Amino acid sequence: MTNIRNKDWFWAVLFLLPSIVGLAVFTLYPLISSAYISLTDWGLLGDMNFVGFDNYIHAFKDATALTVFSNTILFTVVTVPVLLALPLLLAMALNRKMPMTRFFRATYFLPTISSMVAMSLIWQWMYNRDFGLVNYILSFAGIQGPNWLTSPFYALVAIMIVSVWKSLGYNMMLFLAGLQAIPRVYYEAADLDGCTGLRRLFRITLPLLRPTTLFITVMSIINSLQVFDQVMVITGGGPSRSSSVLVHYIYQCAFQYYEMGYGCALGWVLAIFIFLLTMTQFALNKEEYSIE
Amino acid sequence: MTVNSNTLHRPFNKRRLKKNLGLTVSFIILVIGAIAMLIPFLWMLSTSLKDLSDTFVYPPKFFGKTIVWENYANVNERLNFLGMFGNTVFVTVMVLVGQIITSTMAGFAFSYLNFRGREHIFRLYLLAIMIPFHVLLVPTFVLLRDMRMLNSLWALILPCVVSPFGAFLMRQAYMSIPRALGEAAKIDGCSPWKIYTAIFLPLSVPTMTTLAIFTFVATWNDFLRPLIFLSSNKQMTLTLGIYAMQGNYSTDWGVLMATVTLSLLPVVIVFLSVQDLFVEGVAISGMKS
Repeated sequence: MTNIRNKDWFWAVLFLLPSIVGLAVFTLYPLISSAYISLTDWGLLGDMNFVGFDNYIHAFKDATALTVFSNTILFTVVTVPVLLALPLLLAMALNRKMPMTRFFRATYFLPTISSMVAMSLIWQWMYNRDFGLVNYILSFAGIQGPNWLTSPFYALVAIMIVSVWKSLGYNMMLFLAGLQAIPRVYYEAADLDGCTGLRRLFRITLPLLRPTTLFITVMSIINSLQVFDQVMVITGGGPSRSSSVLVHYIYQCAFQYYEMGYGCALGWVLAIFIFLLTMTQFALNKEEYSIE
Repeated sequence: MTVNSNTLHRPFNKRRLKKNLGLTVSFIILVIGAIAMLIPFLWMLSTSLKDLSDTFVYPPKFFGKTIVWENYANVNERLNFLGMFGNTVFVTVMVLVGQIITSTMAGFAFSYLNFRGREHIFRLYLLAIMIPFHVLLVPTFVLLRDMRMLNSLWALILPCVVSPFGAFLMRQAYMSIPRALGEAAKIDGCSPWKIYTAIFLPLSVPTMTTLAIFTFVATWNDFLRPLIFLSSNKQMTLTLGIYAMQGNYSTDWGVLMATVTLSLLPVVIVFLSVQDLFVEGVAISGMKS
């Protein structure tokens, strides 16, 4: 018996070795190192002085950090509900027998698989005030389009629109999978009972879709907290930080201002948020299953 | 609708009408959405075929006076497009192959092999999925600098060769392979390595393909790593190249859009050819997580 166990240990080590070495070198070590650096005032070249939790305390006093936090939260609060409602609507529309289903699926998915940098560039051109397509389309509705990327208000709105446009298809596909997993019997029973329309939606579809919705909500929040590419390419965080977000600031602190300690501390703030969100999802999911 | 519905067949008609109405409304919603999804891509194509004088006109037109293919010819001259394309292909292929190997091996260990602490180690892998790359930015940069790998494509490859998510995905696939298959091979004298290569790998081709597609898209489109780890013009990848180009030629939208179009082609082609697998993969990742 012990012999077999030893043998399996040998094979386990062999099979896990590549991935454990990789994780140790490029995840675990950097993680510990980052925790330590976040407690110092290191500036990449100079000395590394231990400063305790100063960086973390600073993060909640630094005016720029507060701007960046509030932009990130605003971005999340606005985009996540839209990224739940629109994809659910589209998934429900697509979840029936009709022509062109494959075409729709491919079309909605196209932005999702394309690079954010490339998409951002296209949108930057479309946001052009004088020659851009966005303002031209708005002009049909009699709206005089703003100067999107130089207005402190509209710059963040512009980033939000691109982000929603890009992730819509992904969430739609997840909702569609969730919808298709709902047994048809429920709807047939509802039909017999004369339960239709909105009541069907609120009494059957939404309750049975809860695990999917929960997952998409948490995923979308996590992704929104990490938004970066589109900010970097379209506005560069401007004008005057009005569209700058947390990861953008982390990038700047570390690789433009060389405040490595502070950059790591902000990174940890993000990591802790994400950890808490994921744990909440697990807890809620467990609760769900225990009820059933 | 408010007419007295005493006749027998009326409820039936009403229901059918309602169903058709639902279908029509759904179809209209989907068409409007699809147009919104496609317009940026069409605009990209349209601009990439325009002369500079046709670009800056109001009202914007989808077709310029002439169709200009030169923008595509200029792409390589302005940007060293082929070099960047090659770099991106190299990085993507290396990461892809590496991830498939490490993920299938780890997945095999976590599903077929019995060893003490298996579930604990697996739980650590799950925790690792959660860690955002941004918290590792600085130490990874320093580590690669000390390894003298900054500014080389290996800086984009080595840290990405192991994916805890990949290990998780493969383990889930292997859990559904009946143990009896492995046991039978074991009685025939097959070593675990042989069982892995001869039974588990061939049976998990669909999941491996799903992982490959995810990795391909993520690596091809990655921006933050190249931005931080690469700085010389020779080693740029496509996303970084496009970003750098935007600064240098911000007004020549024709050439910029031609570059963007070409950079998207590989991903779009792969996606369209394996669309079903891709969609399935998304659904699986959604349900299992």
